[in-house]
Amino acid sequence: MGYFVPVTPGTRYVSVGGAIACDIHGKNHHLSGSFAQHVESLDLIGPDGTTRTLGQDTDDFWLTAGGMGLTGIITSAVLRLTPVETSLMSVDTERVPDLHTLMRRMRESDDDHTYSVAWIDTLASGRALGRSVLTRGEHASAQQVRHRRRGGALPAEPRLTAPPYAPGWLISRPTTKVFNEMWFRKAPAHRVGEITDIPAFFHPLDGVAGWNRLYGRRGFVQYQFVVPDAGEQAMVEIVRRLADAGHPSFLAVLKRFGPGNRAPLSFPMSGWTLAVDLPTHPGLRTLLAELDRIVVAAAGRLYLAKDSRLDAETLSAMYPRLDEFRAGLRRLDPDRVFRSDLARRLDL
Amino acid sequence: MINALGQPQSLFLLGGTSDIALAVVDRYVAIGARPLVILAARPGPRREAAAQRVRDAGLEVETVDFDADDVESHPGLIADVAKGRDLDVSVVAFGVLGDEESAWQDHAEAVRHARINYLAPVSVGVLLGEVVRRQGHGAIVALSSVAGERVRRSNFVYGSGKAGMDGFYLGLGEALRDHGGHVAVIRPGFVHTKMTEGRAPAPLSVSPEQVAEAVVEAVADRRELTWVPGAMRIVMSGLRHVPRKVFRRLPV
Ligand SMILES: Cc1cc2nc3c(=O)[nH]c(=O)nc-3n(C[C@H](O)[C@H](O)[C@H](O)COP(=O)(O)OP(=O)(O)OC[C@H]3O[C@@H](n4cnc5c(N)ncnc54)[C@H](O)[C@@H]3O)c2cc1C
Ligand SMILES: NC(=O)c1ccc[n+]([C@@H]2O[C@H](COP(=O)([O-])OP(=O)(O)OC[C@H]3O[C@@H](n4cnc5c(N)ncnc54)[C@H](OP(=O)(O)O)[C@@H]3O)[C@@H](O)[C@H]2O)c1
Repeated sequence: MGYFVPVTPGTRYVSVGGAIACDIHGKNHHLSGSFAQHVESLDLIGPDGTTRTLGQDTDDFWLTAGGMGLTGIITSAVLRLTPVETSLMSVDTERVPDLHTLMRRMRESDDDHTYSVAWIDTLASGRALGRSVLTRGEHASAQQVRHRRRGGALPAEPRLTAPPYAPGWLISRPTTKVFNEMWFRKAPAHRVGEITDIPAFFHPLDGVAGWNRLYGRRGFVQYQFVVPDAGEQAMVEIVRRLADAGHPSFLAVLKRFGPGNRAPLSFPMSGWTLAVDLPTHPGLRTLLAELDRIVVAAAGRLYLAKDSRLDAETLSAMYPRLDEFRAGLRRLDPDRVFRSDLARRLDL
Repeated sequence: MINALGQPQSLFLLGGTSDIALAVVDRYVAIGARPLVILAARPGPRREAAAQRVRDAGLEVETVDFDADDVESHPGLIADVAKGRDLDVSVVAFGVLGDEESAWQDHAEAVRHARINYLAPVSVGVLLGEVVRRQGHGAIVALSSVAGERVRRSNFVYGSGKAGMDGFYLGLGEALRDHGGHVAVIRPGFVHTKMTEGRAPAPLSVSPEQVAEAVVEAVADRRELTWVPGAMRIVMSGLRHVPRKVFRRLPV
């Protein structure tokens, strides 16, 4: 018997403060909601230097959840953990030929699985648009892993290290196409109940130290949005735009969200979310501005934890409760002791 | 802030009527940025027309009176402009070319050129450096010239001023690195603007739009030194090593 964090992102290199400040979500959002929903209370140092303990019954708790660090510094938190029998995962994997099939599969059966996420090949187009690998997982029971040697839950060190200087062509359209093709073919057509460890299932990128450097000098931009269920067509449109634009993105991650929560700046809402990493390129500005417009038209929004380019105007079209957040900040921190580049850019 | 894709929220143009500076505004609009534009220039119909052009591009614009030659006024002016807001990208665009043959033989004119092309850039450079240090971020673009890379007989008053300002801004870039700042020195060749109107274009001549594109990418990529066109870099690295005797005879 042991315990597991109630919500984990795609990397284990995060702090509890950062998890609350971004109100992060995991592969279990459709059933379990986001991080703050599992926090009983938190301690917050305010702009005057005093610490307050905030519970879920206070407005300031929900301003802090998803508040991007602007309400103060979280120094400790009380979490409700998830009991698990083992430190292993039982994983089902299936290859899916296109986006429509994928979204239908997820709509029909996501709720039968604690964890569910799909990796899309964004370079596939035409009939193969949205071809993907859908993975579902459960914490393995003691019964399931009876015959396996049980080691530690997490490896001590990353398994691979990226070279310090990557050439610009490393992540380009041709190399990505080859990679994506291999990765798609490597996935089993359908496999049930494979036993894997926690890093392999939740944190695959953590296995490659410095993976971000693979993008070379210009780096990359992360883009993650959510559209409500009614905006399903917008999701299809965006996947098509990404495929047409041919910006190499290794993997785009598609996931279904359950309902959102009380926090005015919390990202998740019922619907579909897609996360992509795109190498920086001059043409990206207009592409992402177009995607923003599609997201806004579908009443969706962008995830601030990943954003590095949005402007204040577009943000207010995406977060209808933005003014409530701003008013809360003016009350909590009238002299604006807590500032960040994000706050300056987005006029938070 | 300048976002991850190089789009600023404010653009401060010193020499706000310069054709190249205004092309930078257009370029930013073209890549989807909508910065507040602050035009520092001498008052008059040229500044009015420049402000109108920026407004027509759909941007908010402010104008401030700026005479490059009046260095005593610069500290107050830049403090006012930077008050209560961040200066994301500042472009040092003013400069004079004039008639080169009279410039080296006319004391008053040579001194005026030296003041505007070297002294004034140092004056505003120090002040912009202060702003960047306080902000902890910000880009400064210096419009230098290939004329300063190897100073030649045909325009050595202008060229020597550019050589000086080029060196100053490269050094400023080094000094501001640890403060989060970035200085982009741009060395264009012959640019078709009102400065060069009526002159026979030199080889590899470019448009203000081409220079502007290079400026915007230099800011986005945090590049320190940029030639426009890019091929100019190769030409100049060749010219730098030509012996004086030969250099003198070249039609440059
Ligand atoms: C490979 C990778 C995969 C990811 N996958 C996911 C995912 O699946 N789901 C998801 O939701 N996110 C995901 N993320 C984003 C990540 O979970 C969030 O950015 C998270 O907030 C990072 O935590 P951190 O501790 O590193 O915070 P930082 O990056 O240091 O800070 C993030 C924000 O939190 C604030 N903050 C940090 N600590 C505190 C504190 N003690 N008190 C107050 N505010 C604080 C900061 O001011 C900042 O605004 C992923 C990121 C990476 C790199
Ligand atoms: N054109 C080229 O071939 C070329 C090549 C390399 C580098 N450059 C450099 O690029 C920069 C921009 O030039 P440009 O081609 O855009 O020419 P431009 O349109 O003539 O711009 C020069 C600007 O300098 C301003 N200026 C001159 N004296 C001033 C003073 N005392 N106070 C304030 N402003 C003053 C002028 O403002 P007013 O409107 O008030 O006169 C004018 O707007 C200059 O530094 C130039 O040296 C140009």
